[in-house]
Amino acid sequence: MPVVDVKQDLDALSLTIVADFAAPVQRIWELYADPRQLERVWGPPEYPATFVEHDLTPGGRVTYYMTSPEGDRYFGYWDVAEVDAPQHFSFADGFADAEFHPNPDLPISHNLYSFAEHEGGTRATYVSSFTTAEGLQQVLDMGVVEGSTSAINQIDILLAT
Amino acid sequence: MDEPDEDGADALFHALADRTRRDILRRVLAGEQSVSALASHYPMSFDAVQKHVAVLERAGLLTKRRQGREALASGDVQVVRSAARLLSELEEVWRGRIARIDALIDELQP
Repeated sequence: MPVVDVKQDLDALSLTIVADFAAPVQRIWELYADPRQLERVWGPPEYPATFVEHDLTPGGRVTYYMTSPEGDRYFGYWDVAEVDAPQHFSFADGFADAEFHPNPDLPISHNLYSFAEHEGGTRATYVSSFTTAEGLQQVLDMGVVEGSTSAINQIDILLAT
Repeated sequence: MDEPDEDGADALFHALADRTRRDILRRVLAGEQSVSALASHYPMSFDAVQKHVAVLERAGLLTKRRQGREALASGDVQVVRSAARLLSELEEVWRGRIARIDALIDELQP
């Protein structure tokens, strides 16, 4: 079980997950540096992600879309902030329209991914934070969810009507 | 790790993993309904529907009250929306990603 720690901070609306992988730091970094590998891990099988642009450098941009089981596409982008390969990178993750123009009405999450050598493998620490609970709700509504995604979406569609 | 929260997330995901239960939840979120009225919508026994209702109740998604001989069920919007639930959902996203990374590393190792 690679997940070693999870912290939900309800006040800061942040989630921190620590996982240990049986591979060197450089190998884990490559997962994020290579869009073809990244799309294999980013979305669940029923919500596959496709990365379009992928510039993992400070100030760079990454764009992607996720395809729902019904064929709907959700477009997203990363504004890459800091990159210190292979130790860490940070980025803002937001929603976009089909041309990847950021949608200013939808929430942005701030993310910091760090990787450190640990007992011959890699200890990865992922921190995601949101400004508001509504923001977090919207992020989950947009198809970033595992398994019961469609159920939650249906609930929210219902609540909105 | 916070075990009670993990259990809560498990109950929530289990509750929502079933099509009938999602349908029941949609109905009770729209308004309070008797369990027997709910049961009339599904091609299954009253007992089977009652079991689905109980799963939703254990997950905190639905509450029941008695009125005479009727059990009335309503959906708990607050629970559906609460930040703790949302963070738990996000945690599931992350656990999925981490599991996929783990699988990919294995697969690509010489």
